[in-house]
Amino acid sequence: MADIAKPGRHDRQTATAWWRDEHIRGLIAQAITLLIVVGAILFLIHNMIVNREAQGRPFSYSFMDNIAGFPIAMSVIPVDLNSTITRIMVAGMLNTMVAGVASIILATIVGFVIGVMRLSPNYLISRLAGAYIEVFRNIPLLVQLCFWYFGVLKLVPNQRNSLNLLDAVFLNVRGFYLPRPLPQTGFDWIIGALAVGIIGALLLRRWSRQRQAATGERFPVLWTGMALVVGLPVLAWLAVSMIYGTPLNWEFPVLKGFNFQGGIVLLPELTALVIGLSIYTAAYIAEIVRGGIQAVSHGQTEAALALGLRRSWTLRLVIIPQALRVIVPPLTSQYLNILKNSTLAVFVGYPDFVSVFTGTVLNQTGREVEVVIITMLFYLAISLTISLFMNWYNKHIALVER
Amino acid sequence: MMDTSNVPTGPRQNPELEEISPPITVVGPVAWLRTNLFSSPFNTLLTILAVLFLAWAVPPFIRWAFIDATWTFPREVLDGARGPNRGDCAPDGACWIFIQARIGQFLFGFYPADERWRVVLVFILTFGAVAGMLIERIPFKKQNALFLFVILPILSLWLLLGGLGLEVVSSRLWGGFMLTLIIACVGIVLALPLGILLALGRRSELPVVHLLSVMLIEFVRGVPLITVLFMANVMLPLFLPPGTTIDPLLRILVGFTVFTAAYLAEVVRGGLQAIGRGQYEGAASLGLGYWSMMRLIILPQALRISIPAIVNTINGAFMDTTLVAVVGLYDFLNIVRTGSRDANWIGTEIDGFVFCAAIYWICCYGMSRYSISLERKLDTGHKKR
Repeated sequence: MADIAKPGRHDRQTATAWWRDEHIRGLIAQAITLLIVVGAILFLIHNMIVNREAQGRPFSYSFMDNIAGFPIAMSVIPVDLNSTITRIMVAGMLNTMVAGVASIILATIVGFVIGVMRLSPNYLISRLAGAYIEVFRNIPLLVQLCFWYFGVLKLVPNQRNSLNLLDAVFLNVRGFYLPRPLPQTGFDWIIGALAVGIIGALLLRRWSRQRQAATGERFPVLWTGMALVVGLPVLAWLAVSMIYGTPLNWEFPVLKGFNFQGGIVLLPELTALVIGLSIYTAAYIAEIVRGGIQAVSHGQTEAALALGLRRSWTLRLVIIPQALRVIVPPLTSQYLNILKNSTLAVFVGYPDFVSVFTGTVLNQTGREVEVVIITMLFYLAISLTISLFMNWYNKHIALVER
Repeated sequence: MMDTSNVPTGPRQNPELEEISPPITVVGPVAWLRTNLFSSPFNTLLTILAVLFLAWAVPPFIRWAFIDATWTFPREVLDGARGPNRGDCAPDGACWIFIQARIGQFLFGFYPADERWRVVLVFILTFGAVAGMLIERIPFKKQNALFLFVILPILSLWLLLGGLGLEVVSSRLWGGFMLTLIIACVGIVLALPLGILLALGRRSELPVVHLLSVMLIEFVRGVPLITVLFMANVMLPLFLPPGTTIDPLLRILVGFTVFTAAYLAEVVRGGLQAIGRGQYEGAASLGLGYWSMMRLIILPQALRISIPAIVNTINGAFMDTTLVAVVGLYDFLNIVRTGSRDANWIGTEIDGFVFCAAIYWICCYGMSRYSISLERKLDTGHKKR
């Protein structure tokens, strides 16, 4: 109402008919859009309610407390056949997180390595990285996943003929077996020493920066810090071994009868999913990294070298901070893609959130609308969280213009 | 050191000096090897590692895929005595006769063999029309566009589904590479206008339109495609008035189109944002209204800028069609996977997936090269240098 008092509006109104007024036309257009959209949504919801009532299944979330009654192959929290659907759902969410986080870490490492290799002056290395990128970026992720799961991991030897690395790591058709660390008495002391070392190194860095700002003298933070972080736990390790005996034992997987006992087992489904997702996404991350590094103009390197900075400092203080600014925003969307693509777990039978909840629970309870709403909210919430975090990080490293 | 009177000032002044080629360490293959592969100890190490890797990976693959592979059916199968199976293939080589035996199904799904010419005709017409649009030298662009976007869809629908004199083929029988192409083409053709509308809505100054567009775009982009397909598959039938049914393929097409449109909308928005204010002001000062301004001035420029990114999105959408298997449609990947589960063909998983990967790779790599070449061609002055 306030803008009716705007100067000049009345003059315009006298000059043109009201239906030619841009403001009024906008209002009418919006009213019509809103009417259509709200009408359509109400129509759809009305149909949904009528359909569901006709089938005798009114909208309700009470099924979440029912007993699920089906097993899931892997879970971070203990679940059994008597667990409620809510608990099964949480187990699925955690499985999604496990696959997502593992793939994000692996894809970032592989992606950065390939991206740097792509820029290598070595012709062969650069071409190999280029071939990696072009091959894995242009084959659908699902084809790659199926290849790794049905093609490779299903065809590895059986338990008796497992692929064996140093009698500690085994790969066979049942999964990927790793030794399990077993902390003994006094292991807490080593963890404590590590924590003290890290905090000490951080304090040392702060102190040395202040001193450098005040006096200009440099202190070898990197070496002393590393000595703290590595040395303290090693000392603690030695001390604990002398007092209590070995602080950490390993439980190795051992073939007993038809199967391996002990150790940590990664399901072949999880292994295939993480390998496939990381290799696929790493190709995209490599391109982002290459673009980011190339975006830093060569003049920056030359200027840094002209100032007398060493090569390693040039990289650490001049090139990487500027490249990160270009790299981080697209990297965020790749992380979101990993998360969204982890739903392809459905195809290889890894019990992620979609496979467990949107697949099995939906089939068993027939509560389409309720299940789909929760699924959407879950992914929207995670997408939003990652975006917010990466925006915060991006702001943190963004160019501060003075 | 040197007597300056003897130093030649140039080749002209000293004709008796014969021309010598530059030292071998500066030009030629040796120099190339030196600068590119062995410039430092570290570089030499990398080269050795790379060569070792290639020697480890490439010969076994070539042996598997070509030398040890089985390319032809054995005598008895050619004579028609029995059908082929995995046992006809060498144990350590690729079994390409599996692909040959099943190629009809891989391309057309369960489409009746006698009617497959209809599918072929549709794709020949489509590719002819698309090529006519993409290759700049071919004239009649407007007539071509009319054919491609109005006549061809109706014609294709009739040819594929049948009726009116042709045998009816239910969409449940569609499958294989044909289904992949149909989903990709229909999804993209419908998603493009929807995406442009959403992008315009997102840039709109009308708060309601803006808000609705943002909500739809961000919602769809925030959730995985599989959940959108699930939603389309199980919820669309519920949303329709009681008593109506909806074809499963159509449900998937709706979900796929909305999903692709949201991504295209963001690409087009990028193009719209790159258009300077002056263009809007110029159009407004000519007295153009909103729609004429968009149609005649803004969109032609914005779309032109965003064509490479649109092609990339289309490429992604093409790869995403593999996910329709989640609701039980037999697209190219799914039908190959099903084929290698056949009792006669146990152990052909890798062969099938490598074949699939090769076909997808050719399509996607071709599209991405096309997008790069377009980017180079269109990069003519919008960028500040």
